[in-house]
Amino acid sequence: MNHGRNPSARRATRTGLLQVPERVRGFFLHNAQVLIASLGRLYRNPVSTIMTASVIGIALALPAGLLVMLDNLQRLSTGWDGSATISVFLQQTVGDSAANQLAKEFRTWPEIRNVRTIPRDEALAEFRALSGLGDALDALEENPLPAVLVVQPEDSHADAGAAQALADKLRLRSQVDIAQLDLQWVKRFAALMETGKRSVLIVGALLGLAVLLIVGNTIRLDIQNRKAEIVVTKLIGGTDAFIRRPFLYTGLWYGVLGAVQAWLLVELSFWLLAAPVEQLAGLYESSFLLRTLDVGEIANLLIMGATLGLAGSWLAVGRHLSTIEPR
Amino acid sequence: MIVFDNVSKRYPGGHDALKSLSLRLERGQMAFLTGRSGAGKSTLLKLIALIERVSNGQILIDGFNLSRLPRRRIPFLRRRLGLIFQDHHLLTDRTVFDNVALPLVITGLGHREVGRRVRAALDKVGLLGKERALPLTLSGGEQQRVGIARAVVHKPPVLLADEPTGNLDPELSREIMGLFEQFNQVGVTVLVASHDRDLISSLSYPMFTLREGRLVPDEVPLPA
Repeated sequence: MNHGRNPSARRATRTGLLQVPERVRGFFLHNAQVLIASLGRLYRNPVSTIMTASVIGIALALPAGLLVMLDNLQRLSTGWDGSATISVFLQQTVGDSAANQLAKEFRTWPEIRNVRTIPRDEALAEFRALSGLGDALDALEENPLPAVLVVQPEDSHADAGAAQALADKLRLRSQVDIAQLDLQWVKRFAALMETGKRSVLIVGALLGLAVLLIVGNTIRLDIQNRKAEIVVTKLIGGTDAFIRRPFLYTGLWYGVLGAVQAWLLVELSFWLLAAPVEQLAGLYESSFLLRTLDVGEIANLLIMGATLGLAGSWLAVGRHLSTIEPR
Repeated sequence: MIVFDNVSKRYPGGHDALKSLSLRLERGQMAFLTGRSGAGKSTLLKLIALIERVSNGQILIDGFNLSRLPRRRIPFLRRRLGLIFQDHHLLTDRTVFDNVALPLVITGLGHREVGRRVRAALDKVGLLGKERALPLTLSGGEQQRVGIARAVVHKPPVLLADEPTGNLDPELSREIMGLFEQFNQVGVTVLVASHDRDLISSLSYPMFTLREGRLVPDEVPLPA
């Protein structure tokens, strides 16, 4: 125990003033002392502290890392959502000028952001280039392809339901043969993401429970080791709250140290992943960059660790402290 | 200060440690509690400190009715007592200073006041130079004196000692008893349990003799 002088306490004692505030200040001072003292105790047993904190760290890093990974994937897919387009194939009989006329009209619709016209000749040229059927196409007497309007909905109408409604509305026009919206894969991807997220939450809950038990068991052993101290403290009139406090703070520290380790582990993993992801993104001509934990998530991780540590030690203290009584 | 009214204590398993015992110790009095091993001396002290609860009867300590004291109030009763044990109950991983400071620390007293009172208590038992030592580096007599310093550092109105001289030679025992007399002279109520009849009969204080859980009149000598 540290017995350094506290000048403000000395003043208050000398003047005999502020009896109640001094008590309150003493309470907080004592709590701060116990907080530091329990960290000091952990520091003096580095091996067991690091082992316990590492187990907690790994248990927290797994769900935290997976959640950030999922978030990265989702961020990647929001780019695709916006690019959902409707391909409107016009009737064979509609000429290029009529197609342009129609495109102009569609552009005035509030739910449509932009319309690109692909004239019949351009469509044929594109098809010729891509299909490699040049000679066969030359044999045809006339262009078999219709003009196509590529309709891009406004962002407000880009989700699956609204885009489908827009496609249906476009199809009602007599000039339109087919209005095709292919969002199936976007829906599947969203469902897959949801499943992934749910799985991570379940795994996270189980690992959180594991952290609770790890801290609880560690504190239980700590209580057993300090039995003599607990008995003496009870004999001289230490309250349950006083005796409980160092164990609760020890649990808190385990949680916080574990969370810090989890943070470092996630950073390390993402650092190892960064290069291959960049390569992968390069192959897809994307400038996608892997995002690691942001400040809010780090804060969440620390709070989660601290809460689990405190809860775990609370369980152990509640169960085991009352069984130790002076005989 | 200490009133036992028709107190019985039966341990689980049926052993009757105390049987309908009544005694009274006034404020500022000093007395001895004697009798053979197993006569109920330790049980009597444990009942006062609420380490055990009575099976029957009532105990009043410094205004506390122990039968009606709820569990959460027990610490505040114990802060009114100074407890001294035969095996001292010192914390071996802490210095003498920290051991003696413990009863003050639990009350949330400021550092400066703690230091002042701890040094005063250690000075009283003649161990002022040993405050940085660990208990295991001290002799048996010194350890017992650390235990006494811890029991009096918070100035309790009642001092209870259970065989405080059990492991000490006669000269050290006499010294320890001298300390108790000094505390009594400044108004502390002192109750010392001891089976060392030679020592306590050399001092002129009232004696409560227990035999098989009952108080025996002091003039009746114990059978040899």
